[in-house]
Amino acid sequence: MSSTLEHDPRVIEERAGIAGVIRGYGTRLRQGDIGQLPVLVGLLVIGTIFQIASHGVFLNPFNLVNLTLQMAAGGTIAVGIVLVLLLGEIDLSAGVVSGMCAAVMAVLSVRTGLPAPAAIALAIVTGMAVGALHGVWITRFGIPSFVVTLAGLIAWQGGLLRVLGKTGTINLQDPLITKLAGTFFTGVVAYAIAAAFILYVALGPLISHRRRAAAGLTVPPLAVVVLRAGAIAVCSLVVVYVVNRDRGLSSGLLFLVLAVIVMDFVLRRMRFGRMIYAIGGNAEAARRAGMPVKRVRAVVFMLASAFAAWGGILGASRLLAVNQSAGQGDVLLNAIAAAVIGGTSLFGGRGSVWAALLGIMVIQSISNGMDLLSLASSIKFMITGGVLLSTVTIDAVLRRSKTTR
Amino acid sequence: MGTAHTGPLLELQGISKRFGAVQALTDVRFDVSAGEVVALVGDNGAGKSTLIKVLSGIHKADSGSFRWQGHDVSVGSPNDAARLGIATVYQDLALCDNLDVVANLFLGHELATAGGPLAVMDEIAMERKAVEVLRRLSVKIPSVRIPIASLSGGQRQSVAVARSVMGDNKVVLLDEPTAALGVAQTHEVLELVKRLREQGLGVVLISHNLSNVFEVADRITVLRLGRWVGTFDAKGVSHEQLVAFMTGAATVPHDALPAAATSAAGPS
Repeated sequence: MSSTLEHDPRVIEERAGIAGVIRGYGTRLRQGDIGQLPVLVGLLVIGTIFQIASHGVFLNPFNLVNLTLQMAAGGTIAVGIVLVLLLGEIDLSAGVVSGMCAAVMAVLSVRTGLPAPAAIALAIVTGMAVGALHGVWITRFGIPSFVVTLAGLIAWQGGLLRVLGKTGTINLQDPLITKLAGTFFTGVVAYAIAAAFILYVALGPLISHRRRAAAGLTVPPLAVVVLRAGAIAVCSLVVVYVVNRDRGLSSGLLFLVLAVIVMDFVLRRMRFGRMIYAIGGNAEAARRAGMPVKRVRAVVFMLASAFAAWGGILGASRLLAVNQSAGQGDVLLNAIAAAVIGGTSLFGGRGSVWAALLGIMVIQSISNGMDLLSLASSIKFMITGGVLLSTVTIDAVLRRSKTTR
Repeated sequence: MGTAHTGPLLELQGISKRFGAVQALTDVRFDVSAGEVVALVGDNGAGKSTLIKVLSGIHKADSGSFRWQGHDVSVGSPNDAARLGIATVYQDLALCDNLDVVANLFLGHELATAGGPLAVMDEIAMERKAVEVLRRLSVKIPSVRIPIASLSGGQRQSVAVARSVMGDNKVVLLDEPTAALGVAQTHEVLELVKRLREQGLGVVLISHNLSNVFEVADRITVLRLGRWVGTFDAKGVSHEQLVAFMTGAATVPHDALPAAATSAAGPS
């Protein structure tokens, strides 16, 4: 066997060229891997509609910076939801757990007087403990996650009320907590952050392209890789340019992007991530391949609740208070909707953690736009529900078209 | 391959297994050598599945000896079998539809610079190895980076079989590899079985389809009602005879056994 594995049509019938890439994408779509296409189209449509309807207010810098602040909490919770969905499971308790853990932080910081970092850390640890309990319960007794986390949804709501006690609302004072999600980076600093992001997100595929080519493996046309990198770079720079005209890049958005980047690395590059996809695709196959299926499941539920806790903390930081309705209402549904709209399959094994970022952008854009138009709550709920239903339908239909092939 | 051992790779003798009131296997013998295909045939309930599960370590025999390269070994779990170098390709394939061919070939054994779940996988090394193995077995697939979901049944079966030779495996157990396949795809998989033999692996093939069995097998072991009926040279037995042995319409006259039939018993 020679050291280089050159193109061998006898074994691999790879389609080359840009046309091949486009056809490959078409195949992937038909296989139910809807990817990020619907989101990007959706964002374009939403942006256009609200920009016109709001007479130019929607896309002005002030509103867009608000949008980044609104995205942080839900997006972070959605990161955890994506992990659970990839396993083919669900976590219905994420919203309530986010509220309860925010309450834990508030009580520790305001009432007990603990320093902010300790209060935040203990709140996240609380989330991890809650998630570990869910995960162990689900795997140990073989109960569907739907039921266990539904029980959690109810029980931890009690937890939230208990932690808050009689006052019902705790106003946050510690500057570290109140500035956590709302610190702004402007000017050169913001551009430097954007540059780091571009380097990581755009350069990674370029390096991988070179290494693959050097190893003699088939590679997509360089033009496609460069084009994608360029598109990401332009988008990032435009975002920074726009937010710089107002308050700047918010720390909330940066925390969300950081969570996405870290979890994306874990999912795509680490063995642990491969285990999550394998279990979501075929748990029995994963088990026979020697993967610790139960342990992975339990750890994922722990991570999901930890992200819920962190999202709740970011949300509390933005609202400067924690009250009895923290993490309730549409928090959970927004997070699930974000994950699904971003292209994560409800049936497990398909999707990426970028779904959380793109999906929450869609959800919050709709919510933000409808607020600008001062639509009635009744209409807002119905529209949000409609968007969720249509995206889940797209997922289900594409999946069915794949299995009947 | 380089080992000094010359007898069968895997040799079972006097294997019995009981599940409650059911005596699934009684005094069964079986052996397979490097570079040969041994078919395991029998009617429903003959004990094929139980024997395969004993071979793959899922069930532990109640009695009997399990010899690996001439040494007595104890195989009590699938991990024991895997450590010896016995790979099983299950009927339901056990592939992850959502993952690509490379990921499936290395499922549970991803290459990385370090151990543990947090190790970063070496995708390039895995892909090179995957392409190399698929080429060696002449498996035709559109790309090693497309998900299993978009492959045909024969291609999936080929990937599942290819996975069994990824490690340092010496014996491959194939449970009904052609059961759900069309004519062309069946041919593809049988060709693959022959290439496994050429690679020096011992192949155990379970199949209901006797014409498939005759196409690839060197020897055929017949089980009936949990008992060993005989092991025959595939060239020395006819389709009709085999059916008769499987159904019990004929028994093997002990003085007229084909030469190969006693090979498992050895000189005693």
